[in-house]
Amino acid sequence: MDLAGFTAMLQTISKAPKAAYGVFEVSKLRPACSILQSAGGRLIALWGSDERESLDAPCPFALHLAFALGPTLGLVWIAIPLEAPEYPSIHDIFPAASRMQRAAFDLSGLSAINSPDARKWLRHGAWPQEAFPLQKRFSGSFPIEADDYPFVTVEGDGVSEIPVGPVHAGTIEPGHFRFSVVGEKVLRLEERLGYTHKGIEKRFESLGMMDGARLAGRISGDSTVAYAWAYAMAIERATGTTPPQRALWLRALWLERERAMNHLGDLGAIANDAGFAFGLAQFSRLKEDLLRENFAMSGHRYLMDAVVPGGVAGDPGDRLVHVVDEAQRFEAELDELKAIYDDHAGLQDRFRGAGRLSPSLAARLGVVGLAARASGKAMDLRADFPSSPYDQLDLKIATAAEGDVAARVAVRFAEIQESLRLWRIIAQRIPSGSVLEPIPPDPPPALGVGWVEGWRGEVLIALALGNHGALARVHAHDPSWQNWPALEHAVLDNIVPDFPLINKSFNLSYSGHDL
Amino acid sequence: MSKLMGILFQLFQSLLVIAFAPLWLGWINQCRAWLLNAKGAGVFQPYRQLRKLFSKDAVLAENASPVFRTAPYVIFGSMWLAAAMVPIFVPDLPYAPAADVIALTGVFAVARVFLALAAMDVGTAFGGLGARREMFVGFLAEPALLMVFFAASLISQSTSLSTIVKTLAHPPFVFHPSLAFAAAAFLMVFLAENARLPVDNPRTHLELTMIHEAMVLEYSARHLALIEWASSIKLFTYTALGIALFFPYGIALTWKGLPIAFLALVLKFFLAGVFLAVFETLCAKMRLFRVPEFMGMAFLLAVLSMFTHVLLGS
Repeated sequence: MDLAGFTAMLQTISKAPKAAYGVFEVSKLRPACSILQSAGGRLIALWGSDERESLDAPCPFALHLAFALGPTLGLVWIAIPLEAPEYPSIHDIFPAASRMQRAAFDLSGLSAINSPDARKWLRHGAWPQEAFPLQKRFSGSFPIEADDYPFVTVEGDGVSEIPVGPVHAGTIEPGHFRFSVVGEKVLRLEERLGYTHKGIEKRFESLGMMDGARLAGRISGDSTVAYAWAYAMAIERATGTTPPQRALWLRALWLERERAMNHLGDLGAIANDAGFAFGLAQFSRLKEDLLRENFAMSGHRYLMDAVVPGGVAGDPGDRLVHVVDEAQRFEAELDELKAIYDDHAGLQDRFRGAGRLSPSLAARLGVVGLAARASGKAMDLRADFPSSPYDQLDLKIATAAEGDVAARVAVRFAEIQESLRLWRIIAQRIPSGSVLEPIPPDPPPALGVGWVEGWRGEVLIALALGNHGALARVHAHDPSWQNWPALEHAVLDNIVPDFPLINKSFNLSYSGHDL
Repeated sequence: MSKLMGILFQLFQSLLVIAFAPLWLGWINQCRAWLLNAKGAGVFQPYRQLRKLFSKDAVLAENASPVFRTAPYVIFGSMWLAAAMVPIFVPDLPYAPAADVIALTGVFAVARVFLALAAMDVGTAFGGLGARREMFVGFLAEPALLMVFFAASLISQSTSLSTIVKTLAHPPFVFHPSLAFAAAAFLMVFLAENARLPVDNPRTHLELTMIHEAMVLEYSARHLALIEWASSIKLFTYTALGIALFFPYGIALTWKGLPIAFLALVLKFFLAGVFLAVFETLCAKMRLFRVPEFMGMAFLLAVLSMFTHVLLGS
């Protein structure tokens, strides 16, 4: 099989943005991945599904891969036989697959063979090793047993371990970090996540299409617009609905406001972690102004439930004219604060060279989104796979080459400025018309996929509709899956007290990752 | 000055210090809050914090040894003793003969040793981490502090604090160039020893970056209250020390000068709080391994101060 042979096995399911779909034998998994990898493709997501109760399913179990190849989003089903629910591991081709494979086993019972790391990942003793929550025949009742999780230990003279979390001194999300250190120098960091596993994917299966939108908007609260848009896009694809243009422009405005809001918050928090509380105070003030205007326009400070399948929930109407003035004011304040950050020797000394993720390593690990752009990779779905209205907005991708905390700060500044420019264009050029196209209440079974560049990176939602619009399987993928492993590499050879700063400069999602 | 009056005043002064130390911390925090466009919790917040902690039940780790339990009292006691040694109103008190700067450094060291021992006692990673860092900062700061003291004592030919203060305060407003260097060095040591920015961040919630806070993470209730109180007394004492060494003007050389001394002291602390808040607001926390450079600079400045004294004779 070569690249041409591989693509010939895919059928196009959507033209703009281009998406293709194909079913492969399990023996074709590794060859297909090798072809993809050598052709410059990247793995976006990997998950499993139990198809034993779906109609016309090509296989009893399926391993799903979502990949990006050139301008195409590819969705591959690997047919997994009932008697042997396993497949060869692809961790050596796509390192990012490793944790997704572990999660796919914990949830769906599909095991990766020849994987060097077969430890559990999302399972924390809430269900036993032999039970798989995402299989359709999962009973939900079993004796709870907590089994051990062996961390990798580093041996050597003077090496000690620092376990941190999941309960932290501050009010942050739970995650465990196991440092192996010599003195203050980090020799190894091992992350242990999954503490916020809530069974979101299982919960989807008992919801209808419209209720699913509310759940999708709560997968990771800071990316609610990105998730809600990805979900809406997937539903619209599956049902053949075309949302009105005005709704798409409003979605873009919400998404850009979400991006600016998070970046403002992060810029303050990053400085605060370097002991510069002034930055936090100023950026918190700006963020609060933005949130209040969000509330005035959408009825929700964080824009939750503003994006719904078929369009958007409400039209801010005349309120949109304020966006232009608001953007102007933000731009002026941002310039001032950027000058303060850039000129602050103490702050720059902390930022420069800390948590460096080299461009080659970032590419090897398949890092996405903001972290990838800060490591020199110009990738952004809004420019690379533009859906309306981004195809008319001429987005400039912000990049930095150094891959350190300073680079991630610089990319954030540049992205807010670009977002503010987009706010203005959207407010000025938004077409008029309705903002909601109803979703047909009883659509036939179909597949749908949504893919949106959230502030952290690309958010993917793939779903399968069953009979009468029931959600048969929904998979949500957060960019943090790719970027959490990169953090383990970025802190190497840094000192322990710099970790919080480096971690904050990535600001990855726990909730979106743990599901 | 009658002996009884002296003893009574000594007692009064040391009670005053422990009573007002949290207020001064509250004032610094309030200034900082204002500088950050925040309302702030008010200058009495540290007292509320202490009251809250004293009314809670203490939780001790199962493997805590008596060292862990007694350390807060030792630390509080040492800080109180140190506070009593520094002349703030009157230089000649019954305690004055004991108020030797080298002894004072020793008293601070006792508290430091006990705090580090207590931090390591329970065996948590953060306690060990904090103790290690505290010792790292401490062994760099102590020589610099001693050098500052020596520079100041060169002028008065004595390491007794009250003699130093009397010499510097009388005649008033004589400029000693050597002391300018010593003052800069003292400020740097002050920031490091009191876990202030840019060396340590007293307000951080990030356990991996902490120095002082990491050591006291295992403490709760009255133990934590004593340690926090002791920290505020240390901050107060260091400030009083800085004032005594570099701005003693206004201190009462006789009993008649007391009211002026009192007013001068209030004014100095008021201004010192504003200065500290402004300084800290402008600072980012430095990378841990920049601390040796910072402390090396303090040491260098202190040595320069001594050279200046030898060369200029003032």
